[in-house]
Amino acid sequence: MAVQFTLNGKTQTVDVNPNMPLLWVLRDTLGMTGTKFGCGMALCGACTVHIDGAATRSCVTPISSVSGKKITTIEGLSADRSHPVQRAWIEIDVPQCGYCQSGQIMSAAALLEKKPQPNDAQIDDAMRGNICRCGTYLRIRQAIHRAAQLQASLAGGAK
Amino acid sequence: MSDEGVSDRREFLKTGAGLLIGFYLSLGPEELGAAPDVLRAPVTLNAWIHVGTDDWMTILIDKSEMGQGILTGLSMIAAEELDCDWKKVRTEFAPADKAYINPWFGVQGTGASSATRTSFEPLRKAGASARRMLIEAAAQQWGVDVSECSTDNGQVVHVASKRRLSYGSLAEAAGKLPIPTNVQLKDPKQFRIIGKPTKRLDTPDKVNGRAEYGIDVRQPGMLYAVIVRCPVFGGKVASFDAGKAKAVPGVKQVVEVSNGVAVVADNTWTAMEGRRELAVKWEEGPNANVNSESISKLFAQRAAQPGVVARKDGDPAAALDGAATRIEAVYEVPFLAHATMEPQNCTAHVRADRCDVWVPTQGQTSAQAVAAKITGLDPGAVFIHTTFLGGGFGRRFEADYVAEAVELSKAIGGPVKVTWSREDDMQHDYYRTASYARFAAGLDANGWPVAWTNRIACPSILARFGPVKNNLDTRSVEICDSIPYAIPNILVDYQLTDAGIPIGFWRSVGASQNGFFLEGFIDEVAVAGKKDPYELRRRLLAKSPRHLAVLDTAAQKAGWGTPPPAGRFRGIATVSSYFGYVAEVMEISVNRRERSAQVHRVVCALDCGRVVNPASIEAQVQSSVVYGLTAALKSAITIDRGRVQQNNFNDYPTLRINEMPAVEVYITASEAPPTGAGVFAVPPVAPALCNAIFAATGKRIRRLPIRPEDLA
Repeated sequence: MAVQFTLNGKTQTVDVNPNMPLLWVLRDTLGMTGTKFGCGMALCGACTVHIDGAATRSCVTPISSVSGKKITTIEGLSADRSHPVQRAWIEIDVPQCGYCQSGQIMSAAALLEKKPQPNDAQIDDAMRGNICRCGTYLRIRQAIHRAAQLQASLAGGAK
Repeated sequence: MSDEGVSDRREFLKTGAGLLIGFYLSLGPEELGAAPDVLRAPVTLNAWIHVGTDDWMTILIDKSEMGQGILTGLSMIAAEELDCDWKKVRTEFAPADKAYINPWFGVQGTGASSATRTSFEPLRKAGASARRMLIEAAAQQWGVDVSECSTDNGQVVHVASKRRLSYGSLAEAAGKLPIPTNVQLKDPKQFRIIGKPTKRLDTPDKVNGRAEYGIDVRQPGMLYAVIVRCPVFGGKVASFDAGKAKAVPGVKQVVEVSNGVAVVADNTWTAMEGRRELAVKWEEGPNANVNSESISKLFAQRAAQPGVVARKDGDPAAALDGAATRIEAVYEVPFLAHATMEPQNCTAHVRADRCDVWVPTQGQTSAQAVAAKITGLDPGAVFIHTTFLGGGFGRRFEADYVAEAVELSKAIGGPVKVTWSREDDMQHDYYRTASYARFAAGLDANGWPVAWTNRIACPSILARFGPVKNNLDTRSVEICDSIPYAIPNILVDYQLTDAGIPIGFWRSVGASQNGFFLEGFIDEVAVAGKKDPYELRRRLLAKSPRHLAVLDTAAQKAGWGTPPPAGRFRGIATVSSYFGYVAEVMEISVNRRERSAQVHRVVCALDCGRVVNPASIEAQVQSSVVYGLTAALKSAITIDRGRVQQNNFNDYPTLRINEMPAVEVYITASEAPPTGAGVFAVPPVAPALCNAIFAATGKRIRRLPIRPEDLA
C-alpha cells in the first residue's frame, strides 16, 4: 500500500505493508537509522519521532496511520545541529553510549514546544518514557533547562 | 567519526599521505620501516597515530566505545604527548589484530575497567614517538639540530629563529624516518590535556543520528534476519514447519542454524512477522525442570558444605568459638540481564576468500576467532569492523550473536544482518549470575570483630572457558577474598555450583554481588557490636590509606555524624575493586505505608589514580549509580521450567529520570597510575542503599531486588 506523508519537510511516498511500523520504514526502507529500535512496545522511547509535532513512539505506529501527516526525525530536527536542544546537548555533553539519545532529544524538543520553561517535575514527567541505561538523566535535565534558555534567547532575538 | 570508514588496516595504510606510526615494543626501527605486511606480525602494537597532510590527527581507537568515553580518553592521552591541536583530532575504530591485544586479557577486548589502565603508557609513548619524528623532519628541513626545536600545539618550532612548520606539512617527510625507540615522555606536571575536563569527541555525531551502531549497518544487497532460539537453555530444534512463515510476503528464506531457526526477509519487521508464523518444536534438554527456587535450594545445599578455600587468615573456627558474640546471615541475589539499549545484533558477509563482520563488540579477537572457525578462513581473512556500541556492560564480550550472523551469511551466500528483539535480548543473555553467600562473624567483648567466615555458592563464569583450577573461580569470590578489613581470623571459601543458566561478565562482575554481600554483613557486624558503621570501617581500614581516604571524604561530604534532614536516613558502603577505591553514602527516605523508598542523594568519593578526563569519570559514576540502583531496586531475571520469565522493560524495569537522585562525585587527586572508572562505583550502590534502609526501618535486606515488603 502506498502511503504519502511529509518527512523532515519533504514529501515522501512508500509502498509497504500498511501494518509496518514507522520505525522500520524509516530504518530499513528509507535507510534513516538515526531513529533507534529499543523495545518494540513503546516502553523505552528510543524510537521517538514527532508526528504533527507530538512526540510519538514510532515502533508502535503503523505506517498507514501517518498518511498525510508531518513527521520529523532526529535527522530533520535541524540541518546543522543548531536546534536549541542539540546545542544544549553538545554544551552539556549529555550522551554516553548515545543509543537512546535520538529519542531523548526528540522527546525534549517536543516538551519545549509545549512548555518553553519546564521545571524539573515537568521534565521528569515528559522524559520518564525514555530509558537511558548509561544513566545520563542528570545531564538530560540540565540540558533541557539550558535548551529552554537558548530557545528563549532565540525567540527574543527574533522580535 | 569520518564518513570514509576504514575497512582494514592495510587499506588504511594506503589511504592518503601522512605519517602512520605503529609503536612496537618488541621490534626495532628496521622492522618497523618494512612493508605494511609487517603490521600483521604477531607483536604487541599498542597505538596508532595518523598525521594527515591537512593537519588533522587521526587516533586509531583499539578499544570499544560503549558510552564510557574511552574514545575521547585515549585520544587525550595520545594527543598530550603528540602536542597536537586538540581541535584537530579525529578518531577511527581499529580493526581486529594481534597488535591490539589487551595485555590483561590476552585478547583484544574492552572491559573490566582495563582500557585506560593498560593503554596509558603505550599511548603516551606512541604520541611522544610521533612528535619526535615530526621534530626530526623539521630539523632536517631547516638544517638545524633537533635540540634547537620544540613543538607547540600542532607545529614544530625552531626556538631561536621562531620559524614554524605545521605537523601536516611535515607528515610525509616524518613518515620516511625510522621510528625512535627511546623517547622522552612529558613530566606529568606539564600535562595540558590529561586531567582537564574535556568534551567527548563523539557527542556531535550522537545528537543528530549520525553515529553508526551495529544495528545501523547497511551493506549492498543485505538481507535482514531474526532468529527464534530455544526458550529453554541448552535445548535445540526438534523440528519446524516453515510453511506459514515463508508465505509472509517479503520473507525470503527460513534456515536452521546452530542456535535455532532464522527467518530472512527484506526488512527487519517482515522477518519478525515471519517468525511469528514459524512453528518450532523444541527438544528442551536437561534444564527443562530448572527454576529459580530449585537453583536457590541447590545453592543453599552446597553452601552447607565446606568449599574450596579462597582465603584463610589465622584460625577462624577457633576464633568464632571463642567470640563473645556471634552473628550469622545468608545473602542472596538473582540473575540479571545486561539490557543494553541497543539489542544484540551483527552483520556478516561471508565470501569464498574473506569474511566481513560489522559488529558492536567488546571482544574483537573472539569475534574474529568465531568467524574464522565457522567459515574455515584464516583469522587474517576475517575483518572485524567495530561500530559504536549502544551499551556493553560486559554483554558484548560474548560472540554468540557474531556466530549466528556468520553462520547465516555463509548459509544464504550473501550479506545479512541479524537483529535481536528486546525479548530475544532479555531471554538469551549471558546473565550476571545468581549467587548465595553465608556469613558468620565473631565479636570480642568490646564489640570488635575477631572472626569472619564467608562461603559463596554460585556458578563460575571461568568454567565456561575450561576447567577451573581447584574449582576456585576467583571472579566468583572477588573482593570477598580480598576483604580489606583488619580482622585477625578470616575464612572465605567457594562452592562452584552450576545452575544450567548461561552466565557472563556484567558490569563489575563478581564484585557486583559480592559488594552487596560484604558491605551488608560488615554493617551487621557494626550494629551487633554497637559501633557506628562508618567508625567501624574506619578503624578496620586504618592501615589502608587510599581506601580510608575515600571513606573519610564520602563521610565528610555527606555530613555523616550530623543529623540528616528530617525523614531522611543514611547508609554507607565502600569497596575496592578493579584497582580503584570507592566509598558511597546514600541519603534516602522510606514511605513505610506505601512500601516505597526514594533515594535523594548519593555522595561518592573515589580514587582511580591519575585522572585522564574528570568529566568522563563523573559521568561514569552517575552511570554506575543508575546501573546499581536498577539492580538493587528493580530487576531480576527469574527462571521457570528452564525459561527466563521476563520479556521486556515492562517486567524488567530500569531506573527512569523521575527516580534519579542527586549524585555528588569527589575525585581524589592522585599521581598513582590510572585505573578505570567504568565499573568500580557499581558494587557499593546496593549495600549503601540497603544500609540506609536499615537505618530507616531496622530491617536488614539480605536479598535483592528490594521488595515492597522489605520496606513495610
